[in-house]
Amino acid sequence: MTVLTDLTIAGMKAGLARRDFSAVELTDAHLAAMAAARHLNAFITETPEIARAQAAAADAALAKGEARALTGIPLGIKDLFCTKGVQTTAASKILEGFIPQYESTVSGNLFADGAVMLGKLNLDEFAMGSSNETSAYGKVISPWKAKGSDLDLVPGGSSGGSAAAVSARLVAGATGTDTGGSIRQPASFVGIAGIKPTYGRCSRWGVVAFASSLDQAGPMARTVEDCAIMLTSMCGYDAKDSTSLNLAVPDFAAALTGDLRGKRIGVPREYRLDGMDATIARLWDQGLEWLKAAGATIVDVSLPHTKYALPAYYIIAPAEASSNLARYDGVRYGQRVTPPGANLADMYSATRAAGFGTEVKRRIMIGTYVLSAGFYDAYYTQAQKVRALIARDFEQAWEHCDLLLTPTAPSAAFAFGAKTDPLAMYLNDVFTVPSSLAGLPAMSVPAGLSAEGLPLGLQIIGRPLDEAGVLAAGLAIERAAGFTARP
Amino acid sequence: MSVDDATVRKIARLARIGIADEQVPALASELSAILGWIEQLGEVDTRGVAPMTAVIPNHLAWRVDAITDGGMQAAVLANAPDAASGFFAVPKVIE
Repeated sequence: MTVLTDLTIAGMKAGLARRDFSAVELTDAHLAAMAAARHLNAFITETPEIARAQAAAADAALAKGEARALTGIPLGIKDLFCTKGVQTTAASKILEGFIPQYESTVSGNLFADGAVMLGKLNLDEFAMGSSNETSAYGKVISPWKAKGSDLDLVPGGSSGGSAAAVSARLVAGATGTDTGGSIRQPASFVGIAGIKPTYGRCSRWGVVAFASSLDQAGPMARTVEDCAIMLTSMCGYDAKDSTSLNLAVPDFAAALTGDLRGKRIGVPREYRLDGMDATIARLWDQGLEWLKAAGATIVDVSLPHTKYALPAYYIIAPAEASSNLARYDGVRYGQRVTPPGANLADMYSATRAAGFGTEVKRRIMIGTYVLSAGFYDAYYTQAQKVRALIARDFEQAWEHCDLLLTPTAPSAAFAFGAKTDPLAMYLNDVFTVPSSLAGLPAMSVPAGLSAEGLPLGLQIIGRPLDEAGVLAAGLAIERAAGFTARP
Repeated sequence: MSVDDATVRKIARLARIGIADEQVPALASELSAILGWIEQLGEVDTRGVAPMTAVIPNHLAWRVDAITDGGMQAAVLANAPDAASGFFAVPKVIE
């Protein structure tokens, strides 16, 4: 008997097409897995009624021969995507009880292609965090444990609920969003694949905004092919997002081959940090050997402004967040706190003091400071100039190579409370932030295990719009690594 | 850059986030540490570099200047903490 929750999305599609099982059976198997894994706290809201209704509709479509790309595939939706009629919290207390009156474009695209929604997945509050410890609805626990230890580990962040649910086989795939690494770092921590496409490929409409010039949705799934299937459905031009790219979306899954003949893979020397974890350094070298075996050539490249990417990010992202999060004022939606005798300004301050968590307040205050009169040029303008230099570094690298290979994160998953200093937490994103600042497509693929038996990912970065190239290299690594470990 | 207590209070007021007096010193030291780390950006020679304005070059699309949306007052107000007579309601602003 096949365990339905172990199948890949591609395997589920084939099984549904052959009528080996129904979409309702597939959904029920996942709902049962979710019920048995509530201790992970991967979901903020479970939506079993919606899932069963969508699964029944999927079975009807299959019976009529009207299957679409994701008909009957049970997915989790990060609780940052507005879902019509279903509470959307961004993992913040300030949005508790918020019921969107419209559907985000990306989740709507998935449902139009037949996907089934199992529920809304937990995350760091407003996607600000790298460990899922900042959620107002409790931390998500990784399904993984280190060898010989029973200590709970973080799933990474901010898409930690998505990562934990995909890894623990509670969902076939999940949506994530990535502002500075929030798809790739959690994917690496739990041994799954995840891709952030080129900025503008996925519409941001209906996605709760964190830093608008960086936010980008993408899929998280257990294989590169599954990511390609989901990505094809998620992408597409949307007039409701002014930064949406009006370009045809290739069928990424149909085009997927692991053939890298003629491709040049760049190794950015600035990513080889002093004191880098030896296992990660070895895995990186191994990954280069794998890509060479798949037909690629390896070239050394330089991205000289790499060390300035994190500080630039921690000006730009909080600046945009302070502006975006100004809308949570207790007037139009979400929670309101009105102290006795309060005027409007008192109500704003009390609402935001009670509704936002520590990390969100910290980032709003940093953003407010760097945008304030007298400091704007020194911080924000300088950061946007450095960002231009970081993008130029990549453009110059593309003269010598087609793709870049790097580690995804500087470490494997860590324990809760291990990083109490905000700066130490920010360093998790050291390898993922530069490509976010440049808007490039990038993905993490599980490649090996740490000495403690925890997953480690490798990151592939591509030219703008070359998701196909990124996925091809991802597939080559996936095939060579033969990563079969599971929690 | 060292952020003093008065600056913390000023930023909190600009951000409309109420903070208690006893939170101020801890916030001042946290913000000082983060801003101190960020200041390494000053080392980068950016003379002649234009600040980035678009991540991926893109033309803003034109659209017809026509009303294409509206007539959804109930949906707009559906999530309001307080609504009255078809409007958002807020505490009294003018005595």
